[in-house]
Amino acid sequence: MLNTILDFAPKIPLAEWVDWLTGVITDGFAFLFDPIKEHFGNFMEFFAEDVLMAIPPVIFILAIALIAFFVTGKKFGLAAFSIVGLWLVYNQGHWENLMNTVTLVLLASLISIIIGVPIGILMSKSKTANAIITPILDFMQTMPAFVYLIPAVAFFGIGMVPGVFASVIFATPPTVRFTNLGIRQVSKDLVEASDAFGTTGSQKLFKVELPMAKSTIMAGINQTVMLALSMVVIASMIGAKGLGREVLSSLQRADAGTGFVAGIAIVILAIIIDRITQNLNRDKD
Amino acid sequence: MKLLPIIEVKDLTKVFGKNKKQALNLLNEGKSKEEILKETGSTVGVNRASFSVEEGEVFVIMGLSGSGKSTLIRLINRLIEPTSGSILIDGQDLSKMDKNSLREVRRKKLSMVFQQFALFPHRTILENAAFGLEIQKVSKEEREKKAKEALELVGLGGYLHQKPSQLSGGMQQRVGLARALANDPKVLLMDEAFSALDPLIRKEMQDELLDLQSSMQKTILFITHDLDEALRLGDRIALMKDGSIVQIGTPEEILMNPANDYVERFVEDVDRSKVLTASHIMKRPETINIDKHGPRVALERMGEEGISSILVIDSKRNLKGYVTAEDALEARKNNVKDIHAILQTDIPKVDIDTALHDIFSIIYDSKVPVAVVEEGKLKGIIIRGSVIAALAGEGEVNMENA
Repeated sequence: MLNTILDFAPKIPLAEWVDWLTGVITDGFAFLFDPIKEHFGNFMEFFAEDVLMAIPPVIFILAIALIAFFVTGKKFGLAAFSIVGLWLVYNQGHWENLMNTVTLVLLASLISIIIGVPIGILMSKSKTANAIITPILDFMQTMPAFVYLIPAVAFFGIGMVPGVFASVIFATPPTVRFTNLGIRQVSKDLVEASDAFGTTGSQKLFKVELPMAKSTIMAGINQTVMLALSMVVIASMIGAKGLGREVLSSLQRADAGTGFVAGIAIVILAIIIDRITQNLNRDKD
Repeated sequence: MKLLPIIEVKDLTKVFGKNKKQALNLLNEGKSKEEILKETGSTVGVNRASFSVEEGEVFVIMGLSGSGKSTLIRLINRLIEPTSGSILIDGQDLSKMDKNSLREVRRKKLSMVFQQFALFPHRTILENAAFGLEIQKVSKEEREKKAKEALELVGLGGYLHQKPSQLSGGMQQRVGLARALANDPKVLLMDEAFSALDPLIRKEMQDELLDLQSSMQKTILFITHDLDEALRLGDRIALMKDGSIVQIGTPEEILMNPANDYVERFVEDVDRSKVLTASHIMKRPETINIDKHGPRVALERMGEEGISSILVIDSKRNLKGYVTAEDALEARKNNVKDIHAILQTDIPKVDIDTALHDIFSIIYDSKVPVAVVEEGKLKGIIIRGSVIAALAGEGEVNMENA
């Protein structure tokens, strides 16, 4: 039949190749992955348990409310929401889970930004880099996020570290894209003025381009943080602690109530983080 | 004005597009911009421009949009890389410089003022003005002091901590000017600096620039599409068309002797009364000498020339007055020999630099021709007819007097 035309070649062992590659990377970079797994894992545990959880919840809630109050321009809305929302999470006994989730989101976002901003700058400066990296970003964002869990486990075992790894892959693209966009959007006049006064490349970048692109970059960072948060449940599938794990286990036990409560806690966290990062972006004058 | 060229541009050419070499060859063969575009697909931005600007001079490059003037000014500080030719600033060839030396020249010698101001919106007025010094790593204290001085110079001493968006267009461009001046550059490159401003503010800025220029004596390269602006500001003007410089000259030369039809059409609309002076329209005067001649000679001269009055001077050509034919006739009848008896001294006089505009009202009220003097000495006369002819743009104009 017609389909035989398509059978001109045997099945391409694509999956085997990826397996092979993952194996090679796992073995070849073990010297790198193992210490990361160990030290970074320890650090995360330390950060969650000995830093965040050491802060009395009352202080933590008030501190967040204060931050919310000031970044929103001394308005009470978000501050009040933070107090009520975080208290509710505490009341439901999810404080420890919340702290673990915050740790995961915070570190994943931080790493995404540290990686993403320089790559975005590189893309804005080099056509070649732009042409190469753009499809990679598309790939990173369209590949179902679950898929990242597999190499993450291969590289880092289970726990928080592979969760961060998968989150970083999933959450970095917006920061890269928006940084690139922001710098490219800086008015040609200003770039020309900067050149005309004899700026070096880095002076131009730090004194003109980055300040001008700041709000665009911040919009990208906001997206990155939200994407990292959206990975919380997925990351829990490979053993990351936190609210996601509650959601997952209630799913397995068909426990609608517990699942809903953990879900609400994630939503509360998402709203607080989103509004705070968005308001950081607001022009002060 | 010193005779030291501070900017010297030789055969500067910019070709946009791919077949640069081919386009250059065609240019040298004398092909036009259109022909080259057809044959190679490349656009000639600037075509073998050559000129030099002396220290302290205001050199205006004028042309309509698309004439290549903005490209030309950007070639001079290499914001656009030239395809061929050389740019000498203070004797150093910019076109061959490496990036570091070029940056030094941009920092120390050339400052630019932009049409759309190009102020940094995230910086205060003071920080904007200090930008050039900041990137030279001048200490904060010193750069702010110099920036303040520059801002005070342009009349913005009171706006140091505002953001550019809080200022009007005219004020923003003052900041642009202050930012350029704070570097204390030798050369100011002004790219249509006043074109975005409304006419009244524009005129005000032109006056201020001239004021500043008279005290600072910078070398200014000014781009404009506005002929009136060019005439007001320029010591010399270069006219551009299709990437080529068509004519270079003083405002008067351009107006009086347009090099070709293009220039002529360009200058047609100019208000000639503001540009022409007494020296352009005066004629050789008929005179008699007060020490030698009497009424008879006066009468005879007037008869010969068919005029009804004649100017009286002394041996050193100092203007003494005039006599009319009537008085001379009367004197001859009464046998009066001394010209002093009939000399009239209420003669209208104008200085040799007086603008046509101002002569007009004087000559309108006067029965006799207007005398043109320079330090008391008679240089010529102006009759009503030649004023009107000059305004109409067709009178005989004597450039040798200019």
